[in-house]
Amino acid sequence: MTGTYLGMPSFPRAAEASTRDARLRANLRRATGTIRAKRDRAVAELDDWERLRAAGAAVKDRTLRHLDHYLVQLEESVTRAGGTVHWAADAAEANRIVTGLVLATGEREVVKVKSMATQETGLNGALAAAGIRAYETDLAELIVQLGDDLPSHILVPAIHRNRSEIRDIFRSRMADWGLPAPEGLTDSPADLAEAARLHLREKFLRAKVAVSGANFAVAETGTLVVVESEGNGRMCLTLPETLISVVGIEKVVPTWRDLEIFLQLLPRSSTAERMNPYTSMWAGTTDGDGPRAFHLVLLDNGRTDTLADTTGRRALRCIRCSACLNVCPVYERAGGHAYGSPYPGPIGAVLTPQLRGLASPLEESLPFASSLCGACFEACPVAIDIPEILVHLRERVAEGGPVTIRGTRTVIRPAKRHGAERAVMAAAGWALDHPRALRRGQRLLARTRGLHPRRLPGPGRAWSDTRDLPDVPPESFRDWWARTRGGTGRAGGTS
Amino acid sequence: MRVGLFVTCVNDTLYPRTGRAVVTLLERLGVRVDFPAEQSCCGQPLFNTGYRHRTEPLLRRYAAAFSDHDYIVTPSGSCAAMVRDNYPRIAAKAAAEGRGGAVPEAVTEAAARTYELTEFLVDVLGVTDVGARYPHTVTYHPTCHGLRVLGLGDRPRRLLEHVEGLELRELPGAEECCGFGGTFAVKNPAVSAAMGADKARAVTATGARTLCTVDNSCLMHLGGILAREGSPVRPVHIAEILAGAEDDPEPPHGTARGGGAR
Ligand code: SF4
Repeated sequence: MTGTYLGMPSFPRAAEASTRDARLRANLRRATGTIRAKRDRAVAELDDWERLRAAGAAVKDRTLRHLDHYLVQLEESVTRAGGTVHWAADAAEANRIVTGLVLATGEREVVKVKSMATQETGLNGALAAAGIRAYETDLAELIVQLGDDLPSHILVPAIHRNRSEIRDIFRSRMADWGLPAPEGLTDSPADLAEAARLHLREKFLRAKVAVSGANFAVAETGTLVVVESEGNGRMCLTLPETLISVVGIEKVVPTWRDLEIFLQLLPRSSTAERMNPYTSMWAGTTDGDGPRAFHLVLLDNGRTDTLADTTGRRALRCIRCSACLNVCPVYERAGGHAYGSPYPGPIGAVLTPQLRGLASPLEESLPFASSLCGACFEACPVAIDIPEILVHLRERVAEGGPVTIRGTRTVIRPAKRHGAERAVMAAAGWALDHPRALRRGQRLLARTRGLHPRRLPGPGRAWSDTRDLPDVPPESFRDWWARTRGGTGRAGGTS
Repeated sequence: MRVGLFVTCVNDTLYPRTGRAVVTLLERLGVRVDFPAEQSCCGQPLFNTGYRHRTEPLLRRYAAAFSDHDYIVTPSGSCAAMVRDNYPRIAAKAAAEGRGGAVPEAVTEAAARTYELTEFLVDVLGVTDVGARYPHTVTYHPTCHGLRVLGLGDRPRRLLEHVEGLELRELPGAEECCGFGGTFAVKNPAVSAAMGADKARAVTATGARTLCTVDNSCLMHLGGILAREGSPVRPVHIAEILAGAEDDPEPPHGTARGGGAR
């Protein structure tokens, strides 16, 4: 059983604890620092990277604009190729469909290809409740599953663990899930990989049902695409008799020509490779080769509502490469769990509040979990202006506004806990638009400068706990200018 | 050439020395500077916290205050970025939502005339040697909005490299955010402080005595951390280094060399 995201605290509260976890900080710094440098090199190799990015963004935008059309085309193509298409409006429906399909096979265990969509729906928990055991086969997902943990990174869900922690998890937990860890397991990468290989092999050979996600779904041919590094996904996609793929509706691309763009953008951005080691593609079923039954579950779960917002919808371009996480200074310090969702980092901060709505203090806090430094936008292979969407969502939290919830357009009110802030901002907005009042404030500040404390009480403590306050100068620039340049200023003159 | 100084609210209230340095510097280069007193804050703290509507009067105020200047110069990368990047968007949205009348054009047009100080020096005046002297070791932190939104590139560095006596020290991980982020520092104090502490450590490790940026808001945050930690590094705005800041009573500022316009 893996953990759950229910009832997670707001981002700042979670981060208050995680930023103090020195081991977590060290693990993340090392891991993201390495991949960052490699990505820079992989991207620098292509002199048309910026044009590729623009093309990727344009294809996604066009597809999203005509999503209804391409989804119907995809359904027809998959059906023609021998697959069955199911539509799931939300997580519960997707889980119900998958559980029913597995139970119908008579099997009580499934092997899983690493999939964000099934993390999003909490499929493993739903399967467990129905008496079905789901085995994660991606190495990092396996580590998370064995450790009763939650994923903290899109590509490397166990990025928060170092080698010796992984060895300890293998030693203590593998026996509960199947083949125990070998005697005398060390924490060398080769040893750990071999232990995982032995543990998983048994499951690949036995499993009759596999569950996967997909990176892309090509509408014109009904082809599903899974991109991976380990080959474990390939095993799951080819050996079992039944394959069930849960795929978000935004994963559709119209044609193979479009796909070509993303097969260049994705590996360089995510693993810093020119091409990933395994790219599996299949359309429906083929006699005598691979699974005999194929089911595609198309997942909405808030995506159509997100699509209704012309600024916010750009988050649906995302190809889950995780480049934005790897360059994010906030992610690096807070860690993935603080984002309370399988989608951590900058993309999580814009995606989660849209997919789930501003459902709790956690979702309301996510748009503020950024210094707006722009490193994510710069790295994103489909050029999502994440800072712009963050500010857009901040406005939704602070001022309320129009949103779409389950297909119905409605206007939400400002978030409750922002009342005091709203009053301060209103006062600030007024004062800033009235330079005379502002100038009186400046002078008061200057006159009382001897009395200013080094540390502030109340909310100001957030600043002064770790930083000294700047000294207030005896004279504002405005006053200096008026004094030395003969008061050429008009409004804001003497008061 | 009519040049208006947009000093920004932070500099006006807390760092008037920076504003004075810009005036000294530009006048030394033969530019007459005007300070329209109707100016106020660019609205960035309001906007970035989600109060877009509250910024609209400030946009109108900005456009009106600087309506007859050929160039608007500001010693702040993030305020310049707010004006250039966000003003046109905010104005367009206001118009789309039925507010603002003819203002979008005025705002967008004023935004296009806005320059961050180092851009104005290098691109408009065409100078990289401003005749300054600053005999100290300096490390330069490229602030996020200057780096990624304005695309300042190596302009600040080129200016610093021409300052007499100045020794530039490379800052490892220079392009990483310092963790200020306006209200982020207060809304996410733990992460902001962790980012700031890492940056401050990198700054101190360069051995430089001065930390220079194009933005006093980042310097306020980093300077506050450096001071709390008892670091010997002093935060100094690039304008003060380039000005030589001879009117400044406080060391360790350089003095103007030559001082002729070019
Ligand atoms: S938002 Fe962009 S950078 Fe981040 S995971 Fe998605 S595609 Fe990658």
